[in-house]
Amino acid sequence: MSELKVTPMRPRTQSEGASAGAGVAEERDERDRIDPAELQDEHEQRHQEQLKHIEHVDNETLLKMLYQMVLIRRFEEKSAESYTLGKIGGFCHLYIGQEAVAVGTLSALRPDDYVLTSYRDHGHALVMGTSPDEVMAELYGKIGGCSKGKGGSMHLFDADKHFLGGHGIVGGQIPLATGVAYATKYRGTDQATLVFFGEAAVNQGAFHESLNMAQLWKLPCVYICENNQYGMGTSLKRAMSISDVSQKAVAYGMAAEFVDGMDVLAVRAATERALERARKEYLPSLLEIRTYRFMGHSMSDPGHYRTRAEIERYQERDPIKVFGDNLREKGLLDDAGLKEIEGRVRAEVEHAVKFADESPEPPPEELFTDIYANPIKK
Amino acid sequence: MAVITMREALNQAMREEMRRDEGVFLMGEEVAAYQGAYKVSKGLLEEFGDKRVVDSPITELGFAGLGVGAAMVGLRPIIEFMTFNFSILATDQIINSAAKMRYMSGGQFKIPIVFRGPNGSAFQVSSQHSQALESWYAHFPGLKVVMPSTPADAKGLLKSAIRDNDPVIFLEQERMYGNKGEVPDEEDFLVPLGVADVKREGTDCTVVARSMTVPLALKAAEELEKQGVSVEVIDPRTIRPLDIETIVNSVKKTNRVVIAEESHAFCGVGAELSAQIMEHAFDYLDAPVKRLSGADAPMPYAKNLERLALPDVERIVKAVREVSYLD
Repeated sequence: MSELKVTPMRPRTQSEGASAGAGVAEERDERDRIDPAELQDEHEQRHQEQLKHIEHVDNETLLKMLYQMVLIRRFEEKSAESYTLGKIGGFCHLYIGQEAVAVGTLSALRPDDYVLTSYRDHGHALVMGTSPDEVMAELYGKIGGCSKGKGGSMHLFDADKHFLGGHGIVGGQIPLATGVAYATKYRGTDQATLVFFGEAAVNQGAFHESLNMAQLWKLPCVYICENNQYGMGTSLKRAMSISDVSQKAVAYGMAAEFVDGMDVLAVRAATERALERARKEYLPSLLEIRTYRFMGHSMSDPGHYRTRAEIERYQERDPIKVFGDNLREKGLLDDAGLKEIEGRVRAEVEHAVKFADESPEPPPEELFTDIYANPIKK
Repeated sequence: MAVITMREALNQAMREEMRRDEGVFLMGEEVAAYQGAYKVSKGLLEEFGDKRVVDSPITELGFAGLGVGAAMVGLRPIIEFMTFNFSILATDQIINSAAKMRYMSGGQFKIPIVFRGPNGSAFQVSSQHSQALESWYAHFPGLKVVMPSTPADAKGLLKSAIRDNDPVIFLEQERMYGNKGEVPDEEDFLVPLGVADVKREGTDCTVVARSMTVPLALKAAEELEKQGVSVEVIDPRTIRPLDIETIVNSVKKTNRVVIAEESHAFCGVGAELSAQIMEHAFDYLDAPVKRLSGADAPMPYAKNLERLALPDVERIVKAVREVSYLD
């Protein structure tokens, strides 16, 4: 098993006496109670690495990445608003706080690579190039939506952009992605497939079955665990006997890396390493990207399972703020520049809402179309 | 016309389609080096190599999903379940992914995959290995469900299923793999999906049978002929989409129906057939529709109990006589 270069940040291991208590936010593990003094060195080291990362990426890409993160953030805020107004029904799983993961990973892709993700897919769809108009219209259940209003929030798809969805069953996308990677290798191309899932999905059998096949058959698939530390209301400590997700790869002899998901360029760099392995050696990788969602699991989640303090602590490391501050430090961004980005984003999001409002509902006939590619009529 | 076994017919179908289209590949447990658990894939590894004939680990949910993913980007996988009992592990990918992908994406993907393998009873393999799952899969829009009963139908339908751009559940029968039948020598022999077959013409009673019960029904028809009863045997061949028209036309002629099936009665395909016959041909029925189904019990191991649990020639004869009010 070959080693990936592991970044300096270490995952926090769970304490010996981890409680298996109720769903309410319980007494935190000592190490989660961050002592500013102790971590000052680590934070500073990370800060310096982040500044160095910036030097390796061209300015246009850096600003595009910032733009995309802001777009996701404002789009999701607007979705939350629309949901409370009753314009979006059912489930709405927001990506707020996790922007660096989608933007960082997908910035390393080629247009002919493939992406699959879970139902928390608005961010991925936007970065893959599906227009905010089509995404919002899909959330509104209109014919102008990317899935003609028949998928909804959880089932955004864009075949032309190689965005293969938007999947509702936890972990269901993992074997699918393994198959997509199987197909690209079958055809002898060097396309890679990225699949995103949460840390709770790691407990599904489908995850293990997929990693086994991928390593056994050497498939060019990058398995990306967006570890936001909560599977709905269950913290990962209450769900996993070993909460270090990147360690799961050891069981399959697969290369793995643990990444700071609040740092968009660290995410990009780790993804580039994994893509290299996939393209050059047809080898899969498991990336555990530690992140955090600032909102609940979905719009209907009252969030009793974590403390306000914990959320605020992560909001201090808001990936957009961190990236923006670093870009300013390097002289690549100023107030005017950020204002311009926010202005463009606001215009796009408002246009999307208008488009979604004006788009018609799917006509009744659409209930029975797209069930079969070869419908058999008698 | 060549006379070949059902397993040879299936083998020929896969071989011809794999020669015709580079995107067709076969994956499953023991399909390659072992030559197939039931020898259906015999010789395919030798001809096509290990890229196209792939031995999988015992990982049904995984390889079913892998097949669907490969189909999403244009390959045409044939995924073999050693028996359909094991497909239960893969149900999430069959029902939530394969059947729904096209619809929930608003038509952006097609899933040209075939899931095939033996379904229903075998020889004393007990309850976990004897299940008939056709009504499960036929329940879901987005899937097609096919059950051949002869070598010719098996070959023609499997070829069509592989060329079909939708997920097809192709249900074979272990007890029929050795059955022989005539298969046309045509270079490209196809049987269309969605078309029922009148296996035997008759005038007094319709028997709708499928898979294993088709040869049983044909034998029963010969018996009944001697007793002065003329039986018409219909084999739907495709369960979904169902060719109800052929069945209804037969009922309009004979006015009596017996449905012979290995699956349980409750919520089985026979229940669906009964409902549709009632809807379309109520005024033509001279007796209620009679279902002769597998016993409403898990399949027992003991030979005598297993025999009691399944329809046989004698019971089909009795059922026909019953709806004909002959005894």
